[in-house]
Amino acid sequence: MPTIRDAFDRLRRCQRAALIPFVMGGDPHPGLTGPLLLALQDAGADLVEVGIPFSDPLADGPVIQAASSRALAHGTTPAGVLAAIASVRRRLRIPVVCLSYWNPVTQFGGHGGRGSPRAFVRAARESGCAGLIVPDLPVEEGGALREATTCEGIAAIFLAAPTSPPARLRAIARASQGFIYYVSVAGTTGARQSLPPGLAQGLRQVKLVTTKPVCVGFGISTPAQVAAVARIADGAIVGSALIRTMASTRGRAASVRAAARFVARLRRAAG
Amino acid sequence: MAALEELATAYAAARRDPGFRRELRDLLHGYAGRPTPLYRAKRLGQALGGLTVYLKREDLLHTGAHKINNTIGQGLLAVRMGKRRLIAETGAGQHGVATATIAALLGLACEVFMGEEDMRRQALNVVRMRLLGARVSPVASGTKTLKDACNEAIRNWVTTVGTTHYCIGSVVGPHPYPMLVRAFQSVIGREARRQIREAEGRLPDLVVACVGGGSNAIGLFHPFLRDRRVRLLGVEAGGRSLAPGHHAATLLKGRPGVLHGARSLLLQDRAGQVLTTASISAGLDYPGVGPEHAYLQLTKRAQYVAASDAQALRGVELLAKTEGILPALEPAHAIGHLERLAPRLPRRSVVIVGLSGRGDKDVDTIARNLPAHAHHS
Repeated sequence: MPTIRDAFDRLRRCQRAALIPFVMGGDPHPGLTGPLLLALQDAGADLVEVGIPFSDPLADGPVIQAASSRALAHGTTPAGVLAAIASVRRRLRIPVVCLSYWNPVTQFGGHGGRGSPRAFVRAARESGCAGLIVPDLPVEEGGALREATTCEGIAAIFLAAPTSPPARLRAIARASQGFIYYVSVAGTTGARQSLPPGLAQGLRQVKLVTTKPVCVGFGISTPAQVAAVARIADGAIVGSALIRTMASTRGRAASVRAAARFVARLRRAAG
Repeated sequence: MAALEELATAYAAARRDPGFRRELRDLLHGYAGRPTPLYRAKRLGQALGGLTVYLKREDLLHTGAHKINNTIGQGLLAVRMGKRRLIAETGAGQHGVATATIAALLGLACEVFMGEEDMRRQALNVVRMRLLGARVSPVASGTKTLKDACNEAIRNWVTTVGTTHYCIGSVVGPHPYPMLVRAFQSVIGREARRQIREAEGRLPDLVVACVGGGSNAIGLFHPFLRDRRVRLLGVEAGGRSLAPGHHAATLLKGRPGVLHGARSLLLQDRAGQVLTTASISAGLDYPGVGPEHAYLQLTKRAQYVAASDAQALRGVELLAKTEGILPALEPAHAIGHLERLAPRLPRRSVVIVGLSGRGDKDVDTIARNLPAHAHHS
């Protein structure tokens, strides 16, 4: 599996933006996470983001909340998601980025005692993950995560929002490894009718303070929106719309095929 | 993050502003009904074997609980910051009612997030909030209780942060909330400390309060922290039993973790998923706890125990029948535990119990759960 930097170097040479689908580990079923990643790769994903389900996903809207609940109901654990990624790592030619809320990261490997972010990051690297996104970890508290990712050689990716003042944007840009995750709107994840009007302006603010790739997530759902984001950012992240497509398809194998078809449509739009 | 910094800055400026302090004092006095009495509960003391028991009567405040101390303060801050809308989470509904009340008083819009399960068991408070002009939004995710109401309030806040102040009801959540809520609730302990010295000529031996998130307990404990000989005791919700998922005793059974932007003790499974909680009292039904309580436990300055649902119900009956005071189920945990503890306390002990709220809201729950003879005896 290549690093995130390899992936963006290649994309830059081809002069196109990354298409980054997000799926929830363990949803629609724990056994499908590995096959789903391979299907997304074949459909044209440039990177893929895999969520670790959490009981209290604060940054997520109803669709990803529901996916999280379904995955937990199937008994999905952080270790289980990492194992699913590891099971297909030899066949993956695109980087996998893991998304987890902070509490499961801090508890990892503790067996009910004292876990640590270090243990999680090591396990993520061993399973083949190229990076880690922690949506509820502000950059001000990100020291321990960055130490661990730097040591293990994977990327810690921090989130910037339209409400981040310039000084914070600089700190986020400095701390982020791999890419910067730009949250398109002040709000939670979930498909929206249109892209926010201030998006291009907001992205320019980030681009002023960094040369690292900037990818946009939250509220991107249609091929047209992906195309619009691809023109102004280094990548577009699509989560809720993809998960809804799968959830509305009957049958597990069919839901993987539906996901692949949906991502292929986005791929054609992204160019 | 930007909103939290704005709030911290606004509070730092407000606390130095004599105008803000006067406004806060005037509303606490003229509107909420402070100072509240420190009432010598003689018959309760006799029933407990001759203890000297004082009740800090937060139940006599406007809206019926200590929550209004905090919502007045945060409401005034919201106005200072130019916010036009308040949102809040609520469990028992007391904080929701207190927020809706202040929103009405200050002419602010108000939306309260409340778990569906809690809306059912605290239906009276839902009606009160609506009468006060607030929108009550049911939360159907997760356990449908306080934790999920918090999640939904936070999700709403990130979308509306420009115009909205999130009025957190306990000493939980990200900085500056635990500090801010403590500052507004410490009036309870400051009054109690002065009142007990007037009444007894000395400080108490023991101060007891119930702990969910822990706002009334911190408010009562904080002014006594430096009085090393005053023993501080927090009583958590022991629920049906101390098996996982059957209680809300975070300080007894939790491990360090991060929830709602605060690192504190947390009821969680091995993978770091937050556990479901259970308590007869909606107001204590929370898997986290204020970080300062975790600190006070760690440094042994305060001790924490749990009282079961059954003990809380006994506490309700005991206080109702000895003093003619119907406590809310939350402080009934403190009364119920004191009943168990009393035989082990020296006879001349002076005890203050935080009576954080009145029990009208719980009458249905109490009626359903008390043995039948209780209604007739």
